[in-house]
Amino acid sequence: MSLRNIGIVYRKELTDSLRDRRTVISMIVVPLLIMPLLTIGMGILSVTLVGQAMKEIPKVMILGGEDSPGVVAELGQLKDVRIVPAKPDFAVEISDKQIRAAVEIPAGFEAKLAAGESSTVKIYMYEGELKSGFGADRLQRFFRELRDRTIREHLQARKLPDSLVRPFDIVQKNVAPPEKVGGAILGGLVPYFVILLCLTGAMYPAMDLTAGEKERGTIETILCSPVSRTHLVLGKFLMVLTASIATAVLSIASMAVSFGAGKKFLLGVTHGAADAALQITITGKAVVSIFFVVLPLAVFFSAALLALSLFAKSFKEAQSYISPLMIVVVMPAVAALLPGVELNPALALVPVLNTSLVSKEIITGTYHWNLIALIFLSSSIYAGAALAITVKLFQREDVLFRT
Amino acid sequence: MIEAHHLVKRFRDKKRGTVCAVNGVSFSCRPGEIYGLLGANGAGKTTTLRMLATILAPSEGTAIVAGYDVAEDPQNVRSRVGFLSTATALYGRLSAREMVEYFGRLHGLDELTLRRRIDEIFARLEMNDFRDRRCDKLSTGMKQKVSIARTLVHDPSVMIFDEPTVGLDVMAARTIVGFIRECRDSGKTVVFSTHVMSEVEKLCDRIGIIHDGKLLAEGTLPELRARYGMQDLEDLFVRVVEP
Repeated sequence: MSLRNIGIVYRKELTDSLRDRRTVISMIVVPLLIMPLLTIGMGILSVTLVGQAMKEIPKVMILGGEDSPGVVAELGQLKDVRIVPAKPDFAVEISDKQIRAAVEIPAGFEAKLAAGESSTVKIYMYEGELKSGFGADRLQRFFRELRDRTIREHLQARKLPDSLVRPFDIVQKNVAPPEKVGGAILGGLVPYFVILLCLTGAMYPAMDLTAGEKERGTIETILCSPVSRTHLVLGKFLMVLTASIATAVLSIASMAVSFGAGKKFLLGVTHGAADAALQITITGKAVVSIFFVVLPLAVFFSAALLALSLFAKSFKEAQSYISPLMIVVVMPAVAALLPGVELNPALALVPVLNTSLVSKEIITGTYHWNLIALIFLSSSIYAGAALAITVKLFQREDVLFRT
Repeated sequence: MIEAHHLVKRFRDKKRGTVCAVNGVSFSCRPGEIYGLLGANGAGKTTTLRMLATILAPSEGTAIVAGYDVAEDPQNVRSRVGFLSTATALYGRLSAREMVEYFGRLHGLDELTLRRRIDEIFARLEMNDFRDRRCDKLSTGMKQKVSIARTLVHDPSVMIFDEPTVGLDVMAARTIVGFIRECRDSGKTVVFSTHVMSEVEKLCDRIGIIHDGKLLAEGTLPELRARYGMQDLEDLFVRVVEP
């Protein structure tokens, strides 16, 4: 094994790749831009959109209620809803977002309230639509208060205490530290993006250094040199790995900076009333740990991408082989985001999913060292196997000179 | 020195099954001699030369190139061979100097020798005006010079040219032809493949006519003319491949 030759090939590939605009974009620009965009950009966008939705006074319709003038009048006095005249096609208007919600007051509602008889108030809304939800919530709050007030009046009339209908209260209290809560909410997203960027960072150089060389006719030139094919492929592999790691490191660094900046910004916007999601803090220990668990995965990605693209005759063909790989990688990475999917020894053997899950735990400050070691070992085995296949493929004439 | 003994190369093809691209080719070429492999497209010229340059491994037979066996010691063979074809392109994002330096380093030259060798070759081929220009910005003629410099950087004793003038304009082709002659004159062993008759007449000391992977005729041009009783090389070639 000649480290000198591997080094010469690596240095040349690095120089060559850094002069290629597309490699620089995928390796440096994307990770530096995507994290701030995701945290600050998405934060600003969601805060602005929710703020706008909350500012809008929802238009609501009252259906019926002719024999309940008191309730209708009280609804009319609400400042945070605007009552519009009733129409028979209220459902269409809600669906078309002309109005946000409608409330149907049953016949004889006030009389039944006074008599202590039960009746049903129906609220119509557009499920999943944010502004309709706000309108419907406001109406529901009004009727809940009316119900509570009616209960209290009935109890007072019979000289009974309020506790008769509310014998005890239930309070739910979080005991997990804020960073863990924040990590549980946002922690899954971080490794997902790091893993994805690790793959995309390696993708372009892998294709350029193999299928690209075949297409440009330089593969035959380099095969004329006395360097062994193993050294050639290892030099190329190191370049692809560098791109993958650079993308991952830059994305982790950019993520840490953007979280810090994004948190300050969002705390400012929400006047300190930030929810648990903003309590996420990525410690130096977490960054280093994530880097080490992602490292074998980066080796695996680099070798697998190199092998796939080596098989292709052209850049275009390589792209068609690699695109499905994106889905194969995204699926286990997304699976880690699903609620209830937790790290265990069996899942520690599933490539990509294991790294995604362990990174999620690391972000929340949980370190299961046995599982981390198992993941590092299994990922290293997969990476070693992928690299061995790549080296083997580079010796095959039918792969190098595929026509 | 090149000595090819019964070289055979078989490929597996999905549609055609096993294809024998080269079928028992034997020839030899001495230092200071140009051996021309003359054949139509698909005759087996490129495959034969790729085996000599150890880019492909022979399925059967062997060849001794510059004293080393192509099958047993391919790295030593490559260290002593300069291989040039239209398929051996340049790295477009490297400069002319970087391109030649890269191959010099891969051939194990130390930095001092490399610098001296590059200065010498660049001056001889008049490349100093574009030495730091990127290869993808060079004209075809300039690119050819960089390729020549790349094959010469390690001062090989054997030169293999696979249809080196295909697709080149007259001036670029003349540069190559002149360079091939220079190689012979400096005592290198030169093997050259082509399907252009005029190049064979101009350059080759000995000729091998290859067809369907087999070497059908071999000799100097006067010998072949006498053997087949024909003066025109094109007529002679057709007579050999279509008896």
